[in-house]
Amino acid sequence: MTDAAVTRKPRHTLRAEKLGLGYDGRSIISDLDLTVAEGQVTVIVGANASGKSTLLRGISRLLKPASGRVTLDGRDIHTQAAKDVARTVGILPQSPTAPEGITVADLVGRGRYPHQGWFRQWTSTDDAQVTEALRATDTAQLASRRIEELSGGQRQRVWIAMVLAQDPDILLLDEPTTYLDVTHQIEVLDLLTDLNRSRGTTVVMVLHDLNMAARYADHIVVMAAGQIIASGPPVEVISAELVQSAFALESRVIVDPVCGAPMVVPVGRFHGGTV
Amino acid sequence: MTTEVPSTLWRDDRTHRRRRATRISLTLTALVLLVAAGSLAIGAYTLPLPDVITTLAGQGEARDNFIVFGLRLPRLLLGALVGAAFAISGALFQTLLKNPLASPDIIGISGGASAAAAYSILFLGLSGAAVPLAAFLGALAAATAIYLLAWRGGVTGYRFVLIGVGVAFMMQAVLGYLITRGDVRDVQQALVWMVGGIGGASWVDIVVLALTLAVLLPAVGLFVPRIRMLQLGDDTAGGLGVRVESTRLTLLVIAVALAAVTTAFAGPVAFVAFVSAPIARRLIGTGSLALVPSALVGILLVTAADFVAQHLLPGTLQVPVGIITGVVGAPYLLWLLATANRRGRGA
Repeated sequence: MTDAAVTRKPRHTLRAEKLGLGYDGRSIISDLDLTVAEGQVTVIVGANASGKSTLLRGISRLLKPASGRVTLDGRDIHTQAAKDVARTVGILPQSPTAPEGITVADLVGRGRYPHQGWFRQWTSTDDAQVTEALRATDTAQLASRRIEELSGGQRQRVWIAMVLAQDPDILLLDEPTTYLDVTHQIEVLDLLTDLNRSRGTTVVMVLHDLNMAARYADHIVVMAAGQIIASGPPVEVISAELVQSAFALESRVIVDPVCGAPMVVPVGRFHGGTV
Repeated sequence: MTTEVPSTLWRDDRTHRRRRATRISLTLTALVLLVAAGSLAIGAYTLPLPDVITTLAGQGEARDNFIVFGLRLPRLLLGALVGAAFAISGALFQTLLKNPLASPDIIGISGGASAAAAYSILFLGLSGAAVPLAAFLGALAAATAIYLLAWRGGVTGYRFVLIGVGVAFMMQAVLGYLITRGDVRDVQQALVWMVGGIGGASWVDIVVLALTLAVLLPAVGLFVPRIRMLQLGDDTAGGLGVRVESTRLTLLVIAVALAAVTTAFAGPVAFVAFVSAPIARRLIGTGSLALVPSALVGILLVTAADFVAQHLLPGTLQVPVGIITGVVGAPYLLWLLATANRRGRGA
C-alpha cells in the first residue's frame, strides 16, 4: 500500500544520553542510554511503574530531564524550538482529550500546527497532508463526524491521523491499544506497521501486551525499575528468564504459530501451575 | 481495504463549520444592534429611531445630543465593553484550566478586585482613577495567590478552581466586613463593587477600558492557534510544539488583566464571564474556540440585562445590571453543578 504522494524523508536520530527523569524531585529513571532504531518499530515493555511511559515522555520533550539529555540529530531537544522538534517527532499521549463537539476534520487539521507560522496561513501542503492522513488511517469518511460519536477503534485511528497530519519522521505512542478490544488492537497495530513500511516512519510505542509487542516489534526494549534490562530483536531478547526478572512472573516461551515470534505463556498458581 | 472517499469531504466539513460560525456571529450582531437601538431610543423621554440616527451622525438638536451622548450612549458602550471583556476573560480561564467553573467571577478574581476597590474607597478615601487601579491590584493579588497555592510542578484546573472558590469566599467576607465598617455615605459608592453596575458610565471610563481592550484583545488573537492546541490537552499540545506552561501563564495574566480592569470600572457584573463562552460554544457546537461569538454573547448579555434593569421592571424599580445577569447566570451554575457529576467530570 505505497502511495506516490508520500515521499520518504531523510531519517532522523533520536537518542537519550545518560538520561535522568522524575516528577517533583522523585527520580524514576536515571542514567539511561537509548538510541531509537531508525526506520524501525520499537516497542517498550515493562511492568507497571517500570518507567516506560516516563521514558516516552522524556524522549518526546514533554518531560524535562533531571540529568543527561535527549538529542535529535545530535542537538539537545530542549535547546531547539518546540515547533522544530514537533515537525520531526510526533507523540500520541495515552488518553488525549478533545473539546466537546469537535469534528474529525477539525481535529486532524490541528495536527498541522507545527508547520504553520504566526499568522496561520493554510497552504496546499497542509491540505494535502490532512487528506493523506485521513486516507492512510481510513478515516476520510468520518470527516464530519464528532469525536464523541465514534467507537474506540475509530477514535484511536482519528488521533493517529492527527499525529500523521503533523507529518513526523519519528512517531511516539503511549499505549495506543489501551481500552480497545482485540480486533481494534490488531487494526491499530497493523496501521502503525503500514505507516512504518510505506512511509519509513520510525515508530516507538509503549505496549502492555507482551505478545503483541513480540509480534509487532522489530526492536524491543524491556524496562524494569527505571532501567533498560534488555533490548534487541524479540527473538533474541524474550526468554522465560527475562520475563521473570522484568515482571516477576513464571512463564514459558513458545513460538507464535502465526508469525514465528516468541510468545509468552504465563504460568500462575492454578491451572497447571504449582498448586 | 481503504475505501475510496472523495477527499473533499473534510473540506466540506470545514466550510460547513465556518459558515455556521459566521451565521451565528451575524445573528448575534443583529441582536446586539437591536438592543443598542432600543437602549438609545427608549427612556424617560423616548426618541424616535430616525432622530437617534441623525443625532449619532452629529446632526441632532442640543436636547437629543444630551440624551444620546450624555446619558444613553456612554452607558451602552460601557456595557458593551464590559460584556466583551468579561466574556473573553471567562472563555480564556475556562479553556486554559479546562473547567467550566473556572471563571474570574467564580474563583475570586473579580472578588479580589471588588474588595480592593471597596477598601480604597472606604478606608483610603480614594476616588476617580485610583479606584480602578486598586481594583486591578486586588484582582492580580487574588490571581497570584490562587496560582501559587495551586502550583504543584504545574497547574491543574481542578485544584485551581477549588482554591479559587475558597478565595472567592474570603473576598466576600472581606468585602462584607469593609461595607459594615465603612462610612455610610461612602458605602453607597462602594456598593457598586458588590453587584456591578454601569449606570455611572463616563467617557473617561470608556476610553480607558477601550484602550485596554485595544491592547489585550489583539494579544489574545495572536495566541489563538496555541489555545486551539491547548484544547487538546497539555500533552498533545506539548507534542505539537506548544510551550504549555509559559503559554498558559501568559494567557492567564491577560485573562486576569481583562477581568481586573473591567471589574474596576463596572464591578463584578455577575456571571457574565461565566456563561458567555459556554452559551456561544453551545450555539456553534463544533468544539471551536468561538472567541468572537463569546464576546458577542457577553455584549448582548450586559446590554440587554441593563435594558431590562432600566426599563422592564415593574413600577419605577431600577436595579444595577449585575442583579439581572445574576438572575440569568445562577440557574446555569446550578444546572452545571447538577449535571457535571453525572457526566463524571467531577467539575
